[in-house]
Amino acid sequence: MTAALDVALTRRIGAFDLDVAFTMESGISVLFGPSGAGKSLTLALIAGLIRPDAGTVLINGRVVTDCARHIHVSTQDRRVGMVFQDGVLLPHRSALDNVALAVRQGDGRRARRAIARSWLERVGAAEFVDRRPGSLSGGQRQRVALARGLAGEPALVLLDEPLSALDAKVRGELRMLIREVIVSAGVPAVLVTHDAEEAEETGDLIIAYDDGRVTGRRVVERPTPPTGGDPPPETGASA
Amino acid sequence: MKRKIGLAWSLGTKQKIVVIVAAVGAGFGLGFGIAHLLGGTIAYWGVVSGPFLLTLRVALPATVIAGVTGIASGYALAKGRFPGRNLLETIGSLPIILPPTVIGYYLLETLSPGTQVGGFLTRVVGHDLVYNVTGCIICSTVAAYPFCLRAARASIEGVDPRVEQAARAMGLPNWRVALSVTLPLARRGIAAGLTIGCARALGEYGATLMVGGDINGKTRTLSLAILDSFTTPERNAMLLILVLMAITAMVGVGLLGRART
Repeated sequence: MTAALDVALTRRIGAFDLDVAFTMESGISVLFGPSGAGKSLTLALIAGLIRPDAGTVLINGRVVTDCARHIHVSTQDRRVGMVFQDGVLLPHRSALDNVALAVRQGDGRRARRAIARSWLERVGAAEFVDRRPGSLSGGQRQRVALARGLAGEPALVLLDEPLSALDAKVRGELRMLIREVIVSAGVPAVLVTHDAEEAEETGDLIIAYDDGRVTGRRVVERPTPPTGGDPPPETGASA
Repeated sequence: MKRKIGLAWSLGTKQKIVVIVAAVGAGFGLGFGIAHLLGGTIAYWGVVSGPFLLTLRVALPATVIAGVTGIASGYALAKGRFPGRNLLETIGSLPIILPPTVIGYYLLETLSPGTQVGGFLTRVVGHDLVYNVTGCIICSTVAAYPFCLRAARASIEGVDPRVEQAARAMGLPNWRVALSVTLPLARRGIAAGLTIGCARALGEYGATLMVGGDINGKTRTLSLAILDSFTTPERNAMLLILVLMAITAMVGVGLLGRART
């Protein structure tokens, strides 16, 4: 079976030396470790925002980086969705426009906006589609950012500490939402965090980082969801 | 942090333009009215209106040309690493550093049909580039360009790179990232540069004098007409009109520029 993500990278920045290798299947893999361990740098390298010194990145078996063969597929063509720490939404556009901009399919603006609206509904952001990011709370912005990260039908979603700027209550709500939405969308995701609880609750696989190295790897045991029965409870839009 | 919403946020782009134009018009009317009351005659109109309209004919296209080229080169300097980058930066700063008469001299040397470059350009354009409105527009463009460039560059450099990265990750090609993300986010600085550039184009004097030739009714812009009017009774009307235009325009710009604090 082809790995959803296959990474073997080295990158030196000043005195910091990143040298990591890991593979992941479907589901959510968490890069877990202290600040400065190289987790976010790894995401940037996977997304193609930074070029590695050496190594390869394969997404669903497709080579997007291979330094030896001088292959560096542009960020635009990697089909990755990104969710940053504080959303990083376009402040001059509404929530709907932010998401619609990421939609690749569809015929014309109307179709793109319809798809964007459905994604905003899925993340519980239907109430504030027409509001600009400046008028949204941190939790609401992250809901929009999550919708934007998934709306382009990416091959892989990268979430860089998406909950670290939020308070505990909202963090708990969004953890559930992230897991629920990403798993139901069937898109493999890499989530970066230094919060052990967050890693346990959201991840299917935890890859431990320290000082630019992978120091451990553990599959999170989860109870098998019951077949049939009631649908999962909807997550509210109060965050 | 509690934010204060200024007038600017309640107006759309078209309404803002209307406010600016109305402010300039109000200043013009006010100045003319006061001049009329003081002088007891409105005969100044013929003396003032020609240079005023000519100045608008020169400054508006000059601002547009300087704006487009200034934003493009400001973007290139902010984002690109290319050969000749330092040269572009230096050339862009020259009109600020050099006296306008020096700029005028070199423009005259370059654009005159008797020179190689000027002769070539004259043949391409189909008419002379000196001692006419085209020459005045070129001078005002050169004067306004560095202000548009510098403001655009600084504001483009100030855009959060993560927003652009997120847009790239969404699959937007670089040209769309520039047009849909970077430039809209840098719009305040760009607008400030255009405003200063427009003011510089309106007030251009030294180079316009040399390249335009200060020909009455043909290349005598408002700033040239002021000097020419110093020995005539219209000078006070002209100065008053200009001062009140400047004040009302600045008040208008100030109201529009009162962003969130």
